[in-house]
This record gives sequence, structure tokens and C-alpha cells, in this order.
Amino acid sequence: MDALLHITTLHYLVLGAALFLLGVIGVLTRRNVVIVLMSIELILNAVNLNLVAFSRYWQGMPGHLGGPGALHGQVFAIFVITDAAAEAAVGLGILIAFFRNKETVNVDEVNLLKW
Amino acid sequence: MFLTHIYLIPLFPAIGAALMFFFGRKLQKGTVSAVCVGTIVLAFLMACGAVWQYTDWAAANDHKPYEKILYTWLGTDTGHLTYQKSDGDSAPLQADAGFLLDPLSSIWLLFVTGVGMLIHIYSTGYMAHEGGYYRFFGYLNLFMFSMLTLILANNYVLMFVGWEGVGLCSYLLIGFYFHRNSASDAANKAFIVNRIGDAGFILGMFFIAWMAGSLRFIDVTHFARANAATLLGNPYITAATLLLFVGACGKSAQLPLYVWLPDAMEGPTPVSALIHAATMVTAGVYMVARSNALFVLAPKSMTVVAIVGALTAIFAASIGLVQNDIKRVLAYSTVSQLGYMFLALGVGAFSAGVFHVFTHAFFKALLFLGAGSVIHAMSGEQDMRNMGGLSEKIPVTFRTMLVATLAIAGIPILAGFFSKDEILWKAWNSSPYLWAIGFATALMTAFYMFRLIYLTFWSPSRVVSHEIEHHIHESPASMTVPLVVLAFFSLTAGWLGWPASLGGSNHFEKFLEPVFANHTEATETPASPEEGPRSTEYLLMGLSVAAAFAGLFLARNAYKTAGKGYTEPIAAAAPPLYNTLLNKYYVDEGYDYVFTGRRKLGDFRLGVMGLGEASSWVDTNVIDGAVNAAGSITRSSAVVSSWWDKWIIDGVGVNGPAILARMLSYPARLFEWGLVQWYALVMTAGLVGFVFYYVYH
Repeated sequence: MDALLHITTLHYLVLGAALFLLGVIGVLTRRNVVIVLMSIELILNAVNLNLVAFSRYWQGMPGHLGGPGALHGQVFAIFVITDAAAEAAVGLGILIAFFRNKETVNVDEVNLLKW
Repeated sequence: MFLTHIYLIPLFPAIGAALMFFFGRKLQKGTVSAVCVGTIVLAFLMACGAVWQYTDWAAANDHKPYEKILYTWLGTDTGHLTYQKSDGDSAPLQADAGFLLDPLSSIWLLFVTGVGMLIHIYSTGYMAHEGGYYRFFGYLNLFMFSMLTLILANNYVLMFVGWEGVGLCSYLLIGFYFHRNSASDAANKAFIVNRIGDAGFILGMFFIAWMAGSLRFIDVTHFARANAATLLGNPYITAATLLLFVGACGKSAQLPLYVWLPDAMEGPTPVSALIHAATMVTAGVYMVARSNALFVLAPKSMTVVAIVGALTAIFAASIGLVQNDIKRVLAYSTVSQLGYMFLALGVGAFSAGVFHVFTHAFFKALLFLGAGSVIHAMSGEQDMRNMGGLSEKIPVTFRTMLVATLAIAGIPILAGFFSKDEILWKAWNSSPYLWAIGFATALMTAFYMFRLIYLTFWSPSRVVSHEIEHHIHESPASMTVPLVVLAFFSLTAGWLGWPASLGGSNHFEKFLEPVFANHTEATETPASPEEGPRSTEYLLMGLSVAAAFAGLFLARNAYKTAGKGYTEPIAAAAPPLYNTLLNKYYVDEGYDYVFTGRRKLGDFRLGVMGLGEASSWVDTNVIDGAVNAAGSITRSSAVVSSWWDKWIIDGVGVNGPAILARMLSYPARLFEWGLVQWYALVMTAGLVGFVFYYVYH
């Protein structure tokens, strides 16, 4: 069927970048620690999107350059997902330790090292 | 017996002085007189006995001097105290309390005790109405003790003790009327000027001790005579003798240290007679005569002595021509006659000089005592301008003073003629110039002495007030008897030295021969001038007599008719010369400007004291100023250093890096805020940087 626009790899990359950017902005600007963790997940997922998009691209290439077996990106994405899960677990653990100590979930107040 | 107890001769007056010191105030005048005069009479008798015995002893003992040593005063008997002589050996430093009697000291002993005795007797009359009677006699006795110690000493050190003692007594006696400023000033002047001479004496003693290894007269004379050939002209001997002569100049009032003697007339007249005419001032002559063995080895010193003596003689005589105070005339006369004595010693005529001392003692003491008698008669008036016509009123005084004047002027037969003539003859043999100076002085001497006689006695009376005129009376016997005795000796004492040229045998010179037996080369050395022919001697003798009479006649013409307001012939002829002479050539003023430091030019002190002040100013301001400036500079540099240290080194060097570090740390601290999101931001920024790098590189 003819679509309004043809979805190319580029669109996926742009989306990935946008999500990445949103995630970075969230990490940098949000006060709540939970939101920061969520933003980190967003970054990681943006990266996943990027990886899968490129994997699909190389799959569309002729045989000696990629071919149907060029699944490297997707495999990497599985790893990233796993890593994200582990990291989220650890992060939440830190969050709970932090909350026990400071009774707050504001990142601003993690400033014991502030001069 | 007298000889072995010779130490008693000075001891008697010492006891008298001590008694006066301890008990004098409580004693009656009669007791004081008896004690003090008695001690001198005893001393005189002992002196006569000692000299009598000495002549016998000397004849039996090869005419050696008789020496009696009581104990060793300085140093030790074992000679532990040693010093190094000029030739490298070590010599013991020793001086004894010892007494020496030889012809020279015999003569001095006799006339000092004799004239001293007469003056003591005279003083009982003269000072009868004065206060401080016991003090006067105590000082007189102390003086006799010192003078006798000086004469009888057997070594230079003990002689110096006596030397200083007579200087002290001179001070005490000149300043006897200490209430008067002029008297105490004169006493100070005498002592201080004497002291200058004493410095020379001491330095001379050092040289002698260094060269000869001993200070005893016998040792020094033996040393000098034994080494005469090698020591002739030795510079150290010359130095020693010149320094001794400086001492003699101080004590015996030669140029330039004579200035104290005219001022010394502030003391009572017997003091002037004893100390400043007969005894103390002859101490210098005695010392030079005693050191004749050394002087003979130094022809240069002898020349100096002769020239200084001659110049002093004529200088003082010229001042004496115009003085108006009777005692001043006699004082300058003394200085002049002492010049004669040194002239004699300087040309090598030692016995002639000693002879003149001997005769001079008699007639000068007589002149002074006579002047005292005149002053006593005139109720204290001393200015000759206010005297006159006293010849009938005080006949004994007049006649005795006339005898003395004839003696001093050198009228034949009297004492002065023989001694003065011998000096002039010996001076001619040495140098005609010296003779000419001596001759001119003789003429002046005759003139001013007869001027004194005429103005005082033989001219119309110029006495100022009637009370004084009515009060004029002859002095009591205690005063006139000594005058007569002295007049007798002024007449006859010269006969002891009747020269061979006039048919006598000069006993005086023979008596002194052992003392002056210096065997030097008989050449033109002043030690033994060649004798000229007899005819020259008669010619000179005649000239001297002519000069004496010329002086008499000149004085007669000028002063015999001198009424009130008479004019001096010299003042009429040459007023500037008269003023100069009257003001004593302004020597005292000159010394005042140069030495005493009392004159100022504005704020600046003149003379050597001014130099001292200037040096002190330089030291305080320039030298200390430089030191202070160095200190200030050091201090300022310390200020600069401290500023540098504080601001630059500490500020820039030490604190600078610290501040720099702090400043740099501000931005650096930003990296460790402790805010997690900030870290995340930084990481992101780094990431973006990497991305840009890879994309655009």
C-alpha cells in the first residue's frame, strides 16, 4: 500500500535520539529520584531502539555486507534490556537506602559532599 | 760621727715640720720659733761637722764621694725586680734611701743650711705680726727637709723626691696668703710650670736607667766615664741630658718655663729669699752639675744649655730694667743670674757655675731680705716709685743692700766679681757671641741694680703718705743681724775662688776637682774649652769692671735726682720698647692664649685647649655622626628589608600561590558539588563534546 510517508531507518534514529534527549533532560532536571531512574530507563530504551533500527538496516543489505544473519544489533539490544533490568533493581535498592537515611526522595538533598 | 749620722741633717727639719703639723696650732710663737729655728741651727752645725769630717775622710780615701745607705727603698736587695738595659743585659730596679757627700753636695749643704738658718732667724722678726706663724715655719722646715734630701740624695729617684718636695713647699709658701686670689693663682702657676719640667726629669731618668742600668750617681758617673769614648754623642745620652735640662728649666726658671718666678713674689719675702733666690732655684743647677759626666758626653745638649742660659740671662735682665716693684726687679735678676749659671755649665765651666751659685746665694738672699726690710719699714709698700730717700732712715738695711748690689754688679773684690768674671772668661773661650750676651747682661744687671738702690735709697723721697713716712724705722735685730752676716759673706765669699790670673790659688775649683774630672778629648768640645792667653783674660776682666761702673753711672745720672713723677729714661727714649719691657714681652699673655685655653674667639676656644675642644667636637659630631649615620642606614635598610619581606616575599611569594590556588579552586570546586544531577550534566556535556569531536574532526 502507498503510505503518506515511507518509514525509513532515519525516522527510527530520530525517534531514538528524541527519546534519548528526553531521557537526558529528565535525568538532569527532575527532582524526584524515581523519575530520574525512569529517565535512565528511557535513555536505555532509546538506545535499544537505535540498535534494533540499525540491525534491521543491515539485514536489508546484500549478503556480504549483512544479509539476513546480521542480527548483531538485536542481540545487543537483548543485552541492554537485561542490563537495564539489573540496573533498575540496583537503583531501586540505592533509592530505598537513600530514603531510609534522608527521609526524602529529592535528588537535591543528596549533597553531603557539597562544600 | 757627723758623717755616719748624715741622715740627721734632713731629719731635724722634718721633725720640726712634723711637730708644727701636729702641735703647731697650740704652741706659742716663741716656742715655734725656738723649735723651727733650732732644727735648722742643729742641721747647720751637723752640716759643718759633716763637711769637716768629709774633707779628712776624702783625703784618706782617694777623694771618693762618701755614701751612706740606710735601706733599699725601691726594689729589693736580692734584685728580683729587673728590667732590660739598652745593651740587652738585665739590671735590677733599685733606689735606696741613701746619702752622698762629695765636694759638690758639701758646698750646697753648707750654703743651704747656712743661708737657711739666717733666713729662719730673719723670719722670726719679719713674720712676728703675721697670722699663721706656725704654718709658715712648718712649711719652711718642710722645705729645708726636701731641699736637703735633694742635695744629699745618692740617686736620681730620691733626688726627685726632694725635687717634688721643694716644688710642693714652693706652692704652699707662695700661696701662704691664700686669701688673696693673686697669691693662690701664683702658687698654682709655680707648681704647674714646675710639673712640666718634672715630666722632662722623669723621662730623662728613664733614659738614664735604660742606658746605665742604675740610677745611683756613683754608678751613672762611673758608667759614663768608663764608656766615654764609645758614648760620646750617643743620641740616647743626648736625649737624656736634654730631658734632664727641661726639668732644670722648670725648677730653675729658664726660658720658656721661667714665668712662675716673678709671680712667686706674691709669697712672703723670706720665702722669696730662701726658695726663689738661694736654694730651690739652684736645684736645677745642682742636678745638671751632678750629671756632668753625662752632659760632657752630649755636646749638643751642652750647647743647648749654654744658649738657653745666655738668652734667659739677657731676656730677664732686659725686663728687669723697667720693673717698678722692688721684688719683681729682684725676681728677674734671679732668673738672669740663673741664666749665667747655666751658661757656665753649658760651656763646660762646671766649677765656675757652681761658684756663681755659691756667691749668688749670699748676695741674692741679702737683696731679698733687705727688700723685705725696706717693705717692712714702708709698712707694706713695694712700688719703688713711692720710695726714695731711705738711706738715712734705715741705715743698716741700706748699707747691707749696697754691699749686695756691688756684689751682683760685679764690682771688684766683692763676691760677684770673681764668679761672674770666671763665667764670662770661660764663655769667651767657647764662643765670643756667648760672651757678648753675657757682657751685655752684666751691663744691664749693674744698671738695674743701681737703679733699685737709687730709687729706693738715694733719691729724693717720693713717699706718698705722711703716716708711712713717719713710720719708717729700722728693722729689729732679728732681721738686721742676718743682713749683716750675709753682707759679710757677699764681701768675702768670692775670695775662695780668687783666680790664678790675679795671683790667687783657686781653692774653690780645686775643691771641686774630683767631681768634674771628666777625661774627654781636649779639643773644641765644650767640655774643656781651650784657655786663651792671659792677656785676653785681663782685657775681658777690665771690660767687665768697666761695664759694672758704666751701669752705676748711667743709673746715677738717670735716677739720683728722681723726684715725684720722674720719667724713666727708656720710656723717654723709646716708648714702645718701654711698654714691651714693662709688659714682660707679653709672654704671659702669649701663654694664656696658647696654653691655658681661657681666651675665646667668639665661641671658639683658642690655643691647645681649643684644639682639644675641636678634636672633641670632631669626635662627637663627625666620627660619632658617621657611626650614627651607619647605624641609621642599617636601620633604614632594615625597614626596607622588612617591607620587602612582609609584602613581597610573604605577600607575593608565599601568599600568592596560595591565593592563586584558592582562586583556581573556586571553579574547580564546581566539579564536586555533591549534587548528582550536576555530575550527570557534566557527563552529558562531556559526551556532547566527544560527539562533536568525532562528527566534525
